[in-house]
Amino acid sequence: MIEVVGATKRYGDRVAVDDLTFTVKPGIVTGFLGPNGAGKSTTMRMIMGLDAPTGGDVRVNGKHYAEHTAPLREVGALLEARAVHTGRSAYNHLRAMALTHGIPRSRVDEVIDLVGLGDVARKRVGGFSLGMGQRLGVAVALLGDPATLVLDEPVNGLDPEGVRWIRHLLRSLAAEGRTVFVSSHLMSEMALTADHLIIIGKGRLIANTPMAEFTEQASGKVVRVRTEDSARLRELLAGPEVSVTAVERGVLEVHGLSSTAIGLVARDNAIALDELTPVVASLEEAFMDLTKDAVEFGVHDDTERKAS
Amino acid sequence: MSAALLTDDAPTARKSTLPSDVRVTLPRVVRSEWLKFWSLRSSYFSIAGMVVAMIGLSVLVSTVTSSHWTRMKPAQQARFDPTAVSLRGYFLAQLVVGVLGVLVVTGEYGTGMIRSSVSAAPRRLPVLIGKAAVFAVITVLVTTVAAVVAFLVGQQILSSQHIETTLGAAGVTRAVLGTGFYLTVVGLLGTGIGFIVRSTAGSIATLFGLLLVLPVLGEALPPDWADKINPYLPSNAGQQLLEAHPAPAPMLGPWAGFAVFCGYAVVALVVGAVLLKRRDA
Repeated sequence: MIEVVGATKRYGDRVAVDDLTFTVKPGIVTGFLGPNGAGKSTTMRMIMGLDAPTGGDVRVNGKHYAEHTAPLREVGALLEARAVHTGRSAYNHLRAMALTHGIPRSRVDEVIDLVGLGDVARKRVGGFSLGMGQRLGVAVALLGDPATLVLDEPVNGLDPEGVRWIRHLLRSLAAEGRTVFVSSHLMSEMALTADHLIIIGKGRLIANTPMAEFTEQASGKVVRVRTEDSARLRELLAGPEVSVTAVERGVLEVHGLSSTAIGLVARDNAIALDELTPVVASLEEAFMDLTKDAVEFGVHDDTERKAS
Repeated sequence: MSAALLTDDAPTARKSTLPSDVRVTLPRVVRSEWLKFWSLRSSYFSIAGMVVAMIGLSVLVSTVTSSHWTRMKPAQQARFDPTAVSLRGYFLAQLVVGVLGVLVVTGEYGTGMIRSSVSAAPRRLPVLIGKAAVFAVITVLVTTVAAVVAFLVGQQILSSQHIETTLGAAGVTRAVLGTGFYLTVVGLLGTGIGFIVRSTAGSIATLFGLLLVLPVLGEALPPDWADKINPYLPSNAGQQLLEAHPAPAPMLGPWAGFAVFCGYAVVALVVGAVLLKRRDA
């Protein structure tokens, strides 16, 4: 369980996280989504007690991270930048982490096996590929058999096999009743893994919703209607929450009404429809749409630049 | 690739159960720091460097001195100090020890390892205590043994001209053992500065600025100021302990000077501890 209440983080003038409030529940995979620079890593660093919030409160399993007597037992973390001395072997890195808590050597061997680093565990981490580094990060996160996992972009640098493996792992960790909090800037990745979504942009909360609901909203938004009588139908559909645009002659795109509702209106008014299709917007599009105002380093509109 | 990657079975993160007393304690963090120290190549290189500097320079300087002895002027012979000749290697060794003391900390900031260290011991102070303790114990042993060997080897070489001294002579044992203490505190000063500055280059520049550059600047002071300031500059104060015949007043006595030198290291470590606690990792 992770509780973030009104958390704010300022670095000088820059506000990285702005009054953020959400809870991450155990037993499911919660995706933490946002464009680059949205404040995901900063939020995760606050959860791990690495950065102190400027305001608000961040607790994990009921306490501030630093108040836990066995933090590795409570929270396992994979943070974005590799947090490993490049001159040390993976095995010795894990041993050093384990020693701080009195975690036995057998557990170190176990997590090395689990992430598939057996062959290279005695080699220096400096020679690791990004994917191997990520696997070592996952091994560190699992070392204390923690109740909560915080993983910042775990699929970064993994090959397709590794990506599939991470997905499996996250799902099974959640199924064991753990709290699993995973960040990504890719909606497509989250769509396959997460049960719940927390979306932020420019440090603010944009959405906090079950994955299923997000999918539903994203897919049912626009309905395409083709009819000879488009002008009349357009008038009939008009309403405060509804917007209708004519995309071409005889084709309307309707926002704010379900296909069922449109079908009923057409029937009641004896309008023959040639086509009635809910347009499935991709989750990626829905995500982009949601966060387009919050892209920190977004590409500026060409016309805007020409005008200036 | 392990089997877990290739099968469709969901991997499970837990096979064995962990012992019930899994938690962070200071002795455990110290043990972790001990393993961290011995699992880096740079530690072995630095220790080898210290030993070679101490003993190698003793052999070199003692040999050169013995072979020139009969041609030296009486004034030079009067200034001759067999203890100092055999311990001359401290000057080079302090560079190695200082860099190692700094690297124990800045190596972690440079690679990001410090985030792992403080997430495993989030109260953070044990990390600093562990690093300082492990470094101090290893360094004091290595440098003391190196100083004793350097002294004995040097005296053996000087004995060809019958100009050697012994550990029993006035101030000699203090100077030999003091070499180990001085070098260890140089390293601890580096460790403290490492926690304050966090970058390797900046920390090394700061450390050797304090140890090597300040005394040179001090010599440029007008005499009445120089007498008040120079005895208290870090290396001026600390190196009094290395002399069998320490410089007279206004320089501090050997132990008083060493205490002042330790004071600098303590201040650096305390400031480092406060910043480690306060700053984002």
